[in-house]
Amino acid sequence: MRFFRPMATLVWKDLLLELRSRDIVVSALVFGLVVVVVFNFALQVSAERVAELAPGILWVAFAFAGTLAMSRAFVREREQGGFEGLLLAPVSRDAIFLGKVAVSFLFMLVIEAALLPVFAVLLNFTGFSLTLAAAILLATLGFATVGTLFSAIAVQTRSREVMLPVLFFPIILPVLIGAVEISGAAIGSGPESGVVTRWLPLLAVFDAVFLVICPWIFSIIVEE
Amino acid sequence: MASALGNPPISSGQRPRTGFPGLSGILLVITAVLMLVNLYLIFMVAPTDSVLGHVQRIFYFHVPIAIVSFVAFFVVFVASIGYLVTRKSRWDSVAHAAAEVGVVFVSLALLTGIVWARPVWGVWWTWEPRLTTTLILWLIYVAYLMLRSYVPNKSQGALYAAGLGIIGFVDVPIVYYSVQWWRSIHPSAVVGPLADSGALEPVMQWVLFFSLGVFLLLFLYLLLERMHLRNVEDRLSALRYASRMRG
Repeated sequence: MRFFRPMATLVWKDLLLELRSRDIVVSALVFGLVVVVVFNFALQVSAERVAELAPGILWVAFAFAGTLAMSRAFVREREQGGFEGLLLAPVSRDAIFLGKVAVSFLFMLVIEAALLPVFAVLLNFTGFSLTLAAAILLATLGFATVGTLFSAIAVQTRSREVMLPVLFFPIILPVLIGAVEISGAAIGSGPESGVVTRWLPLLAVFDAVFLVICPWIFSIIVEE
Repeated sequence: MASALGNPPISSGQRPRTGFPGLSGILLVITAVLMLVNLYLIFMVAPTDSVLGHVQRIFYFHVPIAIVSFVAFFVVFVASIGYLVTRKSRWDSVAHAAAEVGVVFVSLALLTGIVWARPVWGVWWTWEPRLTTTLILWLIYVAYLMLRSYVPNKSQGALYAAGLGIIGFVDVPIVYYSVQWWRSIHPSAVVGPLADSGALEPVMQWVLFFSLGVFLLLFLYLLLERMHLRNVEDRLSALRYASRMRG
Protein backbone atom coordinates (compact mmCIF):
# COMPACT_ATOMS: atom_id res chain seq x y z
CA MET A 1 0.00 0.00 0.00
CA ARG A 2 2.80 2.40 0.90
CA PHE A 3 4.19 1.66 -2.52
CA PHE A 4 1.10 1.77 -4.71
CA ARG A 5 -0.63 4.80 -3.20
CA PRO A 6 2.12 7.30 -4.15
CA MET A 7 2.46 5.63 -7.51
CA ALA A 8 -1.27 5.96 -8.18
CA THR A 9 -1.20 9.58 -7.03
CA LEU A 10 1.64 10.30 -9.41
CA VAL A 11 -0.18 8.65 -12.32
CA TRP A 12 -3.36 10.54 -11.50
CA LYS A 13 -1.46 13.85 -11.34
CA ASP A 14 0.04 13.34 -14.80
CA LEU A 15 -3.24 12.15 -16.29
CA LEU A 16 -5.03 15.20 -14.90
CA LEU A 17 -2.37 17.52 -16.28
CA GLU A 18 -2.67 15.85 -19.65
CA LEU A 19 -6.48 15.93 -19.63
CA ARG A 20 -6.34 19.68 -19.06
CA SER A 21 -3.58 20.56 -21.50
CA ARG A 22 -3.73 17.64 -23.96
CA ASP A 23 -0.46 18.81 -25.46
CA ILE A 24 1.66 15.64 -25.12
CA VAL A 25 -0.74 13.09 -26.59
CA VAL A 26 -2.05 15.38 -29.32
CA SER A 27 1.36 16.53 -30.49
CA ALA A 28 2.76 12.98 -30.48
CA LEU A 29 -0.32 11.75 -32.33
CA VAL A 30 0.00 14.34 -35.08
CA PHE A 31 3.69 13.58 -35.32
CA GLY A 32 2.93 9.85 -35.66
CA LEU A 33 0.49 10.59 -38.47
CA VAL A 34 3.06 12.69 -40.28
CA VAL A 35 5.56 9.83 -40.01
CA VAL A 36 3.05 7.40 -41.56
CA VAL A 37 2.26 9.77 -44.43
CA VAL A 38 5.92 10.54 -45.12
CA PHE A 39 6.79 6.85 -45.17
CA ASN A 40 3.94 6.17 -47.55
CA PHE A 41 5.53 8.50 -50.11
CA ALA A 42 9.15 7.69 -49.32
CA LEU A 43 8.64 3.94 -49.76
CA GLN A 44 5.84 4.14 -52.36
CA VAL A 45 3.68 1.64 -50.55
CA SER A 46 1.70 -0.22 -53.20
CA ALA A 47 -1.05 -2.72 -52.46
CA GLU A 48 1.10 -5.80 -52.93
CA ARG A 49 3.88 -4.50 -50.69
CA VAL A 50 1.69 -3.40 -47.79
CA ALA A 51 2.09 -6.60 -45.80
CA GLU A 52 5.84 -6.40 -46.23
CA LEU A 53 6.28 -2.72 -45.34
CA ALA A 54 3.41 -1.97 -42.98
CA PRO A 55 4.87 -3.50 -39.76
CA GLY A 56 8.07 -1.50 -40.11
CA ILE A 57 6.27 1.76 -40.78
CA LEU A 58 3.86 1.10 -37.93
CA TRP A 59 6.61 0.56 -35.37
CA VAL A 60 8.81 3.40 -36.55
CA ALA A 61 5.80 5.70 -36.16
CA PHE A 62 5.01 4.28 -32.71
CA ALA A 63 8.61 4.51 -31.56
CA PHE A 64 9.13 8.08 -32.79
CA ALA A 65 5.83 9.29 -31.36
CA GLY A 66 6.68 7.45 -28.13
CA THR A 67 10.07 9.10 -27.67
CA LEU A 68 8.43 12.46 -28.29
CA ALA A 69 5.79 11.81 -25.63
CA MET A 70 8.29 10.45 -23.10
CA SER A 71 10.74 13.30 -23.42
CA ARG A 72 7.94 15.87 -23.16
CA ALA A 73 6.72 14.22 -19.96
CA PHE A 74 10.05 14.88 -18.23
CA VAL A 75 10.60 18.30 -19.76
CA ARG A 76 7.32 19.36 -18.16
CA GLU A 77 8.50 18.15 -14.76
CA ARG A 78 11.76 19.97 -15.15
CA GLU A 79 10.38 23.30 -16.33
CA GLN A 80 8.16 23.63 -13.29
CA GLY A 81 10.74 22.27 -10.86
CA GLY A 82 8.32 19.46 -10.11
CA PHE A 83 10.94 16.77 -10.25
CA GLU A 84 12.86 18.19 -7.30
CA GLY A 85 9.62 18.20 -5.36
CA LEU A 86 9.00 14.56 -6.24
CA LEU A 87 12.47 13.54 -5.10
CA LEU A 88 12.04 15.45 -1.84
CA ALA A 89 8.75 13.70 -1.10
CA PRO A 90 8.98 10.77 1.35
CA VAL A 91 8.26 8.26 -1.38
CA SER A 92 10.47 5.44 -2.59
CA ARG A 93 12.30 6.12 -5.84
CA ASP A 94 10.90 2.88 -7.26
CA ALA A 95 7.38 4.22 -6.83
CA ILE A 96 8.32 7.44 -8.63
CA PHE A 97 9.96 5.53 -11.44
CA LEU A 98 7.18 2.99 -11.89
CA GLY A 99 4.59 5.77 -11.70
CA LYS A 100 6.37 7.53 -14.54
CA VAL A 101 6.58 4.26 -16.48
CA ALA A 102 2.85 3.74 -16.01
CA VAL A 103 2.09 7.24 -17.29
CA SER A 104 4.30 6.85 -20.35
CA PHE A 105 2.78 3.42 -20.96
CA LEU A 106 -0.74 4.82 -20.87
CA PHE A 107 0.12 7.81 -23.07
CA MET A 108 1.75 5.57 -25.63
CA LEU A 109 -1.16 3.13 -25.60
CA VAL A 110 -3.58 5.99 -26.27
CA ILE A 111 -1.40 7.22 -29.12
CA GLU A 112 -1.09 3.71 -30.58
CA ALA A 113 -4.79 2.97 -30.22
CA ALA A 114 -5.57 6.15 -32.15
CA LEU A 115 -2.88 5.63 -34.80
CA LEU A 116 -3.59 1.96 -35.54
CA PRO A 117 -7.07 2.36 -37.10
CA VAL A 118 -5.96 5.38 -39.13
CA PHE A 119 -2.97 3.42 -40.23
CA ALA A 120 -5.06 0.37 -41.16
CA VAL A 121 -7.35 2.54 -43.25
CA LEU A 122 -4.58 4.46 -44.99
CA LEU A 123 -2.60 1.35 -45.88
CA ASN A 124 -5.59 -0.95 -46.42
CA PHE A 125 -5.09 -3.84 -44.09
CA THR A 126 -7.15 -5.31 -41.29
CA GLY A 127 -4.74 -5.51 -38.45
CA PHE A 128 -6.92 -6.19 -35.45
CA SER A 129 -5.93 -9.39 -33.74
CA LEU A 130 -5.07 -10.63 -30.29
CA THR A 131 -1.52 -11.31 -31.39
CA LEU A 132 -1.01 -7.74 -32.48
CA ALA A 133 -2.59 -6.46 -29.26
CA ALA A 134 -0.24 -8.64 -27.19
CA ALA A 135 2.75 -7.42 -29.16
CA ILE A 136 1.71 -3.81 -28.70
CA LEU A 137 1.20 -4.23 -24.95
CA LEU A 138 4.51 -5.99 -24.34
CA ALA A 139 6.58 -3.80 -26.64
CA THR A 140 5.05 -0.61 -25.27
CA LEU A 141 5.86 -1.73 -21.72
CA GLY A 142 9.48 -2.24 -22.75
CA PHE A 143 9.55 1.14 -24.52
CA ALA A 144 8.08 2.90 -21.48
CA THR A 145 10.49 1.25 -19.01
CA VAL A 146 13.70 1.96 -20.89
CA GLY A 147 12.42 5.28 -22.23
CA THR A 148 11.51 6.62 -18.80
CA LEU A 149 14.99 5.94 -17.47
CA PHE A 150 16.67 7.55 -20.46
CA SER A 151 14.36 10.55 -20.58
CA ALA A 152 15.08 11.16 -16.88
CA ILE A 153 18.77 11.16 -17.88
CA ALA A 154 18.41 13.04 -21.16
CA VAL A 155 16.42 15.87 -19.62
CA GLN A 156 19.50 16.79 -17.56
CA THR A 157 21.77 17.04 -20.59
CA ARG A 158 22.47 20.00 -22.83
CA SER A 159 20.90 18.63 -26.00
CA ARG A 160 18.05 16.65 -24.54
CA GLU A 161 16.09 16.27 -27.78
CA VAL A 162 19.01 14.44 -29.39
CA MET A 163 20.16 12.47 -26.38
CA LEU A 164 16.94 10.53 -25.78
CA PRO A 165 16.73 8.85 -29.22
CA VAL A 166 20.50 8.32 -29.34
CA LEU A 167 20.43 6.49 -26.00
CA PHE A 168 17.05 4.84 -26.47
CA PHE A 169 17.06 3.25 -29.92
CA PRO A 170 20.22 1.08 -29.75
CA ILE A 171 19.10 -0.38 -26.40
CA ILE A 172 15.49 -0.94 -27.46
CA LEU A 173 16.40 -2.58 -30.76
CA PRO A 174 15.48 -6.16 -29.70
CA VAL A 175 11.98 -5.00 -28.74
CA LEU A 176 11.61 -3.20 -32.04
CA ILE A 177 12.69 -6.28 -34.00
CA GLY A 178 10.32 -8.50 -32.02
CA ALA A 179 7.40 -6.11 -32.38
CA VAL A 180 7.92 -5.82 -36.13
CA GLU A 181 8.18 -9.60 -36.55
CA ILE A 182 5.01 -10.32 -34.58
CA SER A 183 3.10 -7.54 -36.32
CA GLY A 184 4.25 -8.91 -39.67
CA ALA A 185 2.87 -12.32 -38.76
CA ALA A 186 -0.36 -10.79 -37.45
CA ILE A 187 -0.93 -8.62 -40.52
CA GLY A 188 -0.32 -11.55 -42.80
CA SER A 189 3.15 -11.28 -44.23
CA GLY A 190 4.68 -13.54 -41.61
CA PRO A 191 6.25 -16.63 -43.15
CA GLU A 192 5.38 -18.95 -40.27
CA SER A 193 3.31 -19.02 -37.14
CA GLY A 194 6.36 -20.01 -35.09
CA VAL A 195 7.30 -16.34 -35.21
CA VAL A 196 4.75 -15.41 -32.59
CA THR A 197 5.52 -18.18 -30.11
CA ARG A 198 9.17 -17.33 -30.47
CA TRP A 199 9.05 -13.56 -30.14
CA LEU A 200 6.34 -12.99 -27.55
CA PRO A 201 8.41 -14.72 -24.84
CA LEU A 202 11.46 -12.69 -25.83
CA LEU A 203 9.49 -9.47 -25.44
CA ALA A 204 8.28 -10.68 -22.04
CA VAL A 205 11.84 -11.56 -20.99
CA PHE A 206 13.09 -8.18 -22.14
CA ASP A 207 10.37 -6.41 -20.18
CA ALA A 208 11.15 -8.45 -17.07
CA VAL A 209 14.90 -7.79 -17.27
CA PHE A 210 14.44 -4.07 -17.73
CA LEU A 211 11.67 -3.77 -15.14
CA VAL A 212 14.24 -5.09 -12.66
CA ILE A 213 17.32 -3.16 -13.80
CA CYS A 214 15.85 0.24 -14.69
CA PRO A 215 14.19 1.07 -11.34
CA TRP A 216 17.36 0.01 -9.57
CA ILE A 217 19.54 2.24 -11.73
CA PHE A 218 17.06 5.10 -11.53
CA SER A 219 16.99 5.02 -7.73
CA ILE A 220 20.79 5.13 -7.60
CA ILE A 221 21.63 7.70 -10.24
CA VAL A 222 18.89 10.27 -9.77
CA GLU A 223 19.99 12.62 -7.07
CA GLU A 224 19.52 16.30 -6.75
CA MET B 1 44.60 33.49 -14.57
CA ALA B 2 48.22 34.31 -15.36
CA SER B 3 49.18 34.70 -11.74
CA ALA B 4 47.88 31.24 -10.89
CA LEU B 5 49.57 29.65 -13.89
CA GLY B 6 52.82 31.39 -12.94
CA ASN B 7 52.90 29.39 -9.75
CA PRO B 8 51.89 25.87 -10.68
CA PRO B 9 52.06 23.17 -8.02
CA ILE B 10 53.56 20.82 -10.60
CA SER B 11 57.15 21.77 -11.42
CA SER B 12 57.64 22.01 -15.15
CA GLY B 13 59.27 19.10 -16.94
CA GLN B 14 58.43 16.68 -14.19
CA ARG B 15 55.76 14.11 -14.89
CA PRO B 16 53.01 14.32 -12.28
CA ARG B 17 52.49 11.21 -10.22
CA THR B 18 49.96 8.92 -11.80
CA GLY B 19 49.57 6.25 -9.18
CA PHE B 20 51.23 3.88 -11.66
CA PRO B 21 54.78 5.22 -11.60
CA GLY B 22 56.81 3.81 -14.43
CA LEU B 23 54.38 0.99 -15.08
CA SER B 24 52.95 2.47 -18.26
CA GLY B 25 56.45 3.23 -19.55
CA ILE B 26 57.51 -0.39 -19.10
CA LEU B 27 54.24 -1.52 -20.68
CA LEU B 28 54.85 0.75 -23.66
CA VAL B 29 58.27 -0.76 -24.35
CA ILE B 30 57.04 -4.34 -23.93
CA THR B 31 53.97 -3.73 -26.11
CA ALA B 32 56.00 -2.03 -28.83
CA VAL B 33 58.54 -4.86 -29.00
CA LEU B 34 55.89 -7.57 -28.94
CA MET B 35 53.86 -5.74 -31.58
CA LEU B 36 56.85 -5.84 -33.93
CA VAL B 37 57.22 -9.57 -33.24
CA ASN B 38 53.51 -9.93 -33.83
CA LEU B 39 53.76 -8.23 -37.23
CA TYR B 40 56.63 -10.53 -38.15
CA LEU B 41 54.64 -13.59 -37.12
CA ILE B 42 51.55 -12.48 -39.01
CA PHE B 43 53.30 -11.60 -42.27
CA MET B 44 56.27 -13.96 -42.28
CA VAL B 45 55.51 -17.01 -40.13
CA ALA B 46 51.79 -17.63 -40.47
CA PRO B 47 51.08 -19.76 -43.55
CA THR B 48 49.15 -18.24 -46.43
CA ASP B 49 45.57 -19.44 -46.45
CA SER B 50 45.03 -21.94 -49.24
CA VAL B 51 41.57 -20.64 -50.14
CA LEU B 52 41.59 -16.95 -49.25
CA GLY B 53 45.22 -16.04 -49.87
CA HIS B 54 46.93 -13.11 -48.19
CA VAL B 55 43.65 -11.36 -47.41
CA GLN B 56 43.17 -13.87 -44.64
CA ARG B 57 46.01 -12.26 -42.66
CA ILE B 58 43.72 -9.41 -41.63
CA PHE B 59 42.08 -12.08 -39.48
CA TYR B 60 45.02 -11.86 -37.04
CA PHE B 61 44.20 -8.19 -36.49
CA HIS B 62 40.45 -8.31 -36.77
CA VAL B 63 39.67 -11.11 -34.30
CA PRO B 64 41.96 -9.92 -31.47
CA ILE B 65 40.78 -6.32 -31.88
CA ALA B 66 37.14 -7.41 -31.73
CA ILE B 67 37.77 -9.57 -28.65
CA VAL B 68 39.65 -6.73 -26.95
CA SER B 69 36.76 -4.34 -27.59
CA PHE B 70 34.37 -6.78 -25.89
CA VAL B 71 36.83 -7.04 -22.99
CA ALA B 72 36.87 -3.22 -22.83
CA PHE B 73 33.09 -3.01 -22.58
CA PHE B 74 33.11 -5.71 -19.94
CA VAL B 75 35.58 -3.54 -18.01
CA VAL B 76 33.16 -0.61 -18.43
CA PHE B 77 30.37 -2.79 -17.03
CA VAL B 78 32.36 -3.95 -14.00
CA ALA B 79 33.77 -0.48 -13.29
CA SER B 80 30.27 1.04 -13.59
CA ILE B 81 28.95 -1.33 -10.95
CA GLY B 82 32.04 -0.57 -8.87
CA TYR B 83 31.37 3.14 -9.15
CA LEU B 84 27.69 2.89 -8.26
CA VAL B 85 28.51 0.74 -5.22
CA THR B 86 31.58 2.58 -3.88
CA ARG B 87 31.27 6.07 -5.44
CA LYS B 88 35.05 6.17 -5.79
CA SER B 89 36.10 8.32 -8.74
CA ARG B 90 38.81 5.84 -9.65
CA TRP B 91 36.12 3.38 -10.82
CA ASP B 92 34.57 6.12 -12.90
CA SER B 93 37.96 6.87 -14.38
CA VAL B 94 38.44 3.21 -15.33
CA ALA B 95 34.97 3.06 -16.92
CA HIS B 96 35.48 6.26 -18.89
CA ALA B 97 38.93 5.26 -20.15
CA ALA B 98 37.81 1.72 -21.04
CA ALA B 99 34.81 3.08 -22.95
CA GLU B 100 36.93 5.45 -24.98
CA VAL B 101 39.55 2.85 -25.83
CA GLY B 102 36.76 0.34 -26.45
CA VAL B 103 35.11 2.62 -29.00
CA VAL B 104 38.43 2.96 -30.84
CA PHE B 105 38.87 -0.82 -30.88
CA VAL B 106 35.32 -1.60 -31.93
CA SER B 107 35.60 0.98 -34.74
CA LEU B 108 38.77 -0.75 -35.90
CA ALA B 109 37.05 -4.14 -35.64
CA LEU B 110 34.21 -2.89 -37.83
CA LEU B 111 36.58 -1.34 -40.37
CA THR B 112 38.85 -4.37 -40.63
CA GLY B 113 35.75 -6.54 -40.85
CA ILE B 114 34.40 -4.49 -43.74
CA VAL B 115 37.74 -4.65 -45.57
CA TRP B 116 37.82 -8.39 -45.05
CA ALA B 117 34.21 -9.06 -45.96
CA ARG B 118 34.50 -7.48 -49.40
CA PRO B 119 36.96 -9.99 -50.95
CA VAL B 120 35.82 -12.97 -48.87
CA TRP B 121 32.03 -12.65 -48.89
CA GLY B 122 31.68 -10.38 -51.91
CA VAL B 123 29.85 -7.70 -49.92
CA TRP B 124 30.99 -4.90 -47.66
CA TRP B 125 28.39 -5.57 -45.07
CA THR B 126 25.77 -8.15 -44.16
CA TRP B 127 23.20 -7.93 -41.37
CA GLU B 128 24.50 -11.07 -39.74
CA PRO B 129 24.12 -11.37 -35.91
CA ARG B 130 27.73 -10.78 -34.98
CA LEU B 131 28.17 -7.82 -37.32
CA THR B 132 24.88 -6.27 -36.32
CA THR B 133 25.58 -6.72 -32.61
CA THR B 134 29.01 -5.12 -33.04
CA LEU B 135 27.44 -2.17 -34.83
CA ILE B 136 24.87 -1.77 -32.05
CA LEU B 137 27.70 -1.97 -29.51
CA TRP B 138 29.44 0.83 -31.35
CA LEU B 139 26.25 2.94 -31.28
CA ILE B 140 25.67 2.29 -27.56
CA TYR B 141 29.17 3.29 -26.51
CA VAL B 142 29.33 6.30 -28.82
CA ALA B 143 26.10 7.40 -27.09
CA TYR B 144 27.88 6.69 -23.78
CA LEU B 145 30.69 9.09 -24.67
CA MET B 146 28.18 11.68 -25.95
CA LEU B 147 26.27 11.43 -22.70
CA ARG B 148 29.43 12.07 -20.72
CA SER B 149 30.23 15.21 -22.65
CA TYR B 150 26.66 16.56 -22.67
CA VAL B 151 25.96 16.41 -18.94
CA PRO B 152 26.99 19.76 -17.44
CA ASN B 153 27.46 18.44 -13.91
CA LYS B 154 30.45 16.11 -13.76
CA SER B 155 29.48 13.86 -10.84
CA GLN B 156 25.99 13.54 -12.28
CA GLY B 157 27.48 12.61 -15.64
CA ALA B 158 29.52 9.88 -13.98
CA LEU B 159 26.38 8.41 -12.40
CA TYR B 160 24.40 8.51 -15.64
CA ALA B 161 27.26 6.99 -17.58
CA ALA B 162 27.53 4.20 -15.02
CA GLY B 163 23.84 3.46 -15.48
CA LEU B 164 24.25 3.30 -19.24
CA GLY B 165 27.42 1.21 -18.86
CA ILE B 166 25.38 -1.43 -17.02
CA ILE B 167 22.26 -1.37 -19.21
CA GLY B 168 24.29 -1.29 -22.41
CA PHE B 169 26.21 -4.41 -21.45
CA VAL B 170 23.14 -6.32 -20.27
CA ASP B 171 21.49 -5.46 -23.58
CA VAL B 172 24.24 -7.00 -25.73
CA PRO B 173 23.23 -10.69 -25.43
CA ILE B 174 19.57 -9.76 -25.99
CA VAL B 175 20.52 -7.88 -29.15
CA TYR B 176 22.62 -10.81 -30.31
CA TYR B 177 19.87 -13.39 -29.89
CA SER B 178 17.15 -11.22 -31.33
CA VAL B 179 19.22 -10.48 -34.43
CA GLN B 180 20.03 -14.17 -34.73
CA TRP B 181 16.34 -15.08 -34.68
CA TRP B 182 15.52 -12.28 -37.05
CA ARG B 183 18.20 -13.51 -39.46
CA SER B 184 17.16 -17.14 -39.21
CA ILE B 185 13.71 -16.07 -40.39
CA HIS B 186 15.11 -14.05 -43.29
CA PRO B 187 18.12 -16.17 -44.21
CA SER B 188 20.87 -14.13 -45.78
CA ALA B 189 22.25 -15.03 -49.18
CA VAL B 190 25.77 -14.62 -47.90
CA VAL B 191 27.21 -17.39 -45.82
CA GLY B 192 30.59 -16.82 -44.23
CA PRO B 193 33.06 -19.50 -45.27
CA LEU B 194 34.74 -19.28 -41.89
CA ALA B 195 31.50 -19.47 -39.97
CA ASP B 196 31.57 -23.24 -39.59
CA SER B 197 35.12 -24.25 -40.47
CA GLY B 198 36.15 -24.53 -36.86
CA ALA B 199 39.56 -26.12 -37.25
CA LEU B 200 42.44 -23.71 -37.71
CA GLU B 201 45.90 -24.91 -38.50
CA PRO B 202 48.00 -25.09 -35.29
CA VAL B 203 50.44 -22.39 -36.44
CA MET B 204 47.58 -20.09 -37.32
CA GLN B 205 45.98 -20.69 -33.95
CA TRP B 206 49.24 -19.96 -32.20
CA VAL B 207 49.76 -16.71 -34.10
CA LEU B 208 46.18 -15.71 -33.34
CA PHE B 209 46.63 -16.22 -29.59
CA PHE B 210 49.92 -14.33 -29.62
CA SER B 211 48.26 -11.45 -31.44
CA LEU B 212 45.39 -11.47 -28.94
CA GLY B 213 47.87 -11.22 -26.08
CA VAL B 214 49.67 -8.30 -27.71
CA PHE B 215 46.45 -6.42 -28.36
CA LEU B 216 45.37 -7.00 -24.77
CA LEU B 217 48.65 -5.43 -23.65
CA LEU B 218 48.05 -2.53 -26.01
CA PHE B 219 44.60 -2.10 -24.51
CA LEU B 220 46.02 -2.11 -20.99
CA TYR B 221 48.63 0.47 -21.95
CA LEU B 222 46.06 2.77 -23.60
CA LEU B 223 43.73 2.33 -20.63
CA LEU B 224 46.40 3.40 -18.15
CA GLU B 225 47.47 6.33 -20.33
CA ARG B 226 43.88 7.51 -20.76
CA MET B 227 43.30 7.29 -17.01
CA HIS B 228 46.46 9.28 -16.44
CA LEU B 229 45.31 11.87 -18.98
CA ARG B 230 41.95 12.17 -17.25
CA ASN B 231 43.75 12.64 -13.98
CA VAL B 232 45.69 15.52 -15.50
CA GLU B 233 42.50 16.98 -16.98
CA ASP B 234 40.86 16.91 -13.55
CA ARG B 235 43.85 18.64 -11.98
CA LEU B 236 43.86 21.25 -14.71
CA SER B 237 40.18 22.05 -14.26
CA ALA B 238 40.69 22.18 -10.49
CA LEU B 239 43.56 24.65 -11.01
CA ARG B 240 41.46 26.75 -13.38
CA TYR B 241 38.65 26.79 -10.88
CA ALA B 242 40.99 27.78 -8.07
CA SER B 243 42.53 30.56 -10.14
CA ARG B 244 39.12 31.92 -11.04
CA MET B 245 38.14 31.91 -7.38
CA ARG B 246 41.28 33.87 -6.54
CA GLY B 247 40.33 36.36 -9.24
